[in-house]
Amino acid sequence: MILARGLGRTFGAKRVLRGLDLDVAERDMLLVTGPNGSGKSTLLALCAGLLAPTEGELEVGVERGRIGYLAHEPLVYRELSALENLDLYGRLYRVPERRERIGMLLERFGLWESRRQPVSSFSRGMQQRLALCRTLLHEPDLLLLDEPYAGLDEAGAELLDAELAGLSGERTVVLATHEPDRAAHLAAGRLALT
Amino acid sequence: MTAYLADVGALARKDLLLELRSRDTLPAMLLFVVSTLVVFSFALPAGTGETAAYGLLWVAIVFTAILGLTRAFAAEREQRVLDGLVLAPCDRSAIWAGKGIAVVVFLALAELVALPAFALFFEPVTWELVAAVALADLGLASVGTLLAAMAAASRARELLLPLLFLPLVIPVVVGGVGASIADDPGRYLGFLALYDLIFAILSWASFEYVVTE
Amino acid sequence: MLLLAGVALAFYWVPDAPLEGFRQRIFYIHVPVALTAYACFGWAAWKALRLLSTRDQRYDLESYTAVHMGVIFGILTLVTGSIWARTSWGVWWSWGERQLVLFLVLFLFYSAYFMLRYSVEAGPRRASMSAVYALFGVVLIPVSFLAIRLAEGLIHPVVFDRNVGDNLAGSQLLTFAVCLAGTLALAATLYVNELTGKRVDERLRELREALE
Repeated sequence: MILARGLGRTFGAKRVLRGLDLDVAERDMLLVTGPNGSGKSTLLALCAGLLAPTEGELEVGVERGRIGYLAHEPLVYRELSALENLDLYGRLYRVPERRERIGMLLERFGLWESRRQPVSSFSRGMQQRLALCRTLLHEPDLLLLDEPYAGLDEAGAELLDAELAGLSGERTVVLATHEPDRAAHLAAGRLALT
Repeated sequence: MTAYLADVGALARKDLLLELRSRDTLPAMLLFVVSTLVVFSFALPAGTGETAAYGLLWVAIVFTAILGLTRAFAAEREQRVLDGLVLAPCDRSAIWAGKGIAVVVFLALAELVALPAFALFFEPVTWELVAAVALADLGLASVGTLLAAMAAASRARELLLPLLFLPLVIPVVVGGVGASIADDPGRYLGFLALYDLIFAILSWASFEYVVTE
Repeated sequence: MLLLAGVALAFYWVPDAPLEGFRQRIFYIHVPVALTAYACFGWAAWKALRLLSTRDQRYDLESYTAVHMGVIFGILTLVTGSIWARTSWGVWWSWGERQLVLFLVLFLFYSAYFMLRYSVEAGPRRASMSAVYALFGVVLIPVSFLAIRLAEGLIHPVVFDRNVGDNLAGSQLLTFAVCLAGTLALAATLYVNELTGKRVDERLRELREALE
């Protein structure tokens, strides 16, 4: 699904990734670990196609509409409500039976009650839950999750655990985290960046 | 084609909804364009004549456009939402078109106030002027939306946009002023339409390269 | 290479029609310099187009260097044009002179190009944004030219007749061609030099980083 050879990326004079070889098979889960600034987010943004490699080659075997990308920021408009944000993305991704799918996700992640409130009034944890809804909305084949547990409370983290367990073996997942223990039992491989 | 238009519609609707919620761009543009006209009434010495007033109207329109454009990608920049839109499977030019439509709507609303104010303070508004303003809006919005996306990705942001924008819209000012005061406004209206066509196609085709790597 | 350009430059000082005086001589510099500037901007846009179609990053430096050269020759055009205006009409600046006004617009446009580059972090994004802007530049040249023609007589009434360049013949044309070849050669030499310098700079930076 993902094939990288000698992959490298520099930002101005700063080199974040270099000489990375990577091979992720379909329906596998890869854990990416490493300290802050080791290039986890850069690697995910490269796989998503948001960044272009400055060295080496990278092939992602799925079109961009089939990728679900969870970033540090929730990638939603603060002035719009949870429902309006998901509706916009649902339209752009041409999600079939959009309303039902959005309602189901909001319910599952405990946001149904606050669906009409602007995202700016959400706590960090609620924003992360909404970001997860956005990522899963179009049932992507490749999930790129950057610190998905960030900001989640215990209940939220358990929801995510269950979600990941359900996706395991069904979808390809690249999960970047600095606390790998939570999902380690699901992962087929681990990549430690330094 | 209908799918493309649906994307553009969804994106434009979102921009208008955002403005309806936050109300931070349009009121500023309205107030700015009227303030500029008032300032100009003091800057024009008595007896300067009607032509100078029309020229100043065009300066006011261009600067109001800049004011609106500096805010055009503010919501996307704040939360990196642009990344989310860029990843969506729709054509990237739809993002440009949706944003451009919102910019045209804001500009048109600002002019809906500015033109009567101009008629009240200075000179009568002719139908040629209205046509020129409408054509100019399209050109200003197409070039401006593209440049606003560039400026939003830079460090200088608000500072950079007027520098990128002004040399490119000198032809719009020429066409606009010409259509307002010349004896044969048709030539100038034609020139504005030509400008719109050329730069709309160019901006539409190149937007993708501005928001991706 | 520099020598070649130097020889070409020497041709400037042997104009064929000295009788017409300084005014005629400056024409042999002014117009070729202006055409060379257009050529540089065109070359920059071509490289920009190549960058956008192939996403090959080396075109970025080439396009940038070409714009750099174009701006240098653009400034020269403004200076020589200003001198021409002085000798012809006794003023240093004339809004009636199309080419001069156009170069002022282009000077502003390409200065903003540099501002854009300095304000964005080096990388693929900056390369493609710069390329898009450079492409806008070549489209702006004819559009602005048309606009300036339309503006003439509307805002600034035309009071000068311009037939200075219209009746070239024989030896004059030859001198003109030699001067044009000279400035083009000079631009090409500068371009290659500058490009090599910038590539060496970049290479040095990479090596230094590799050592760290």
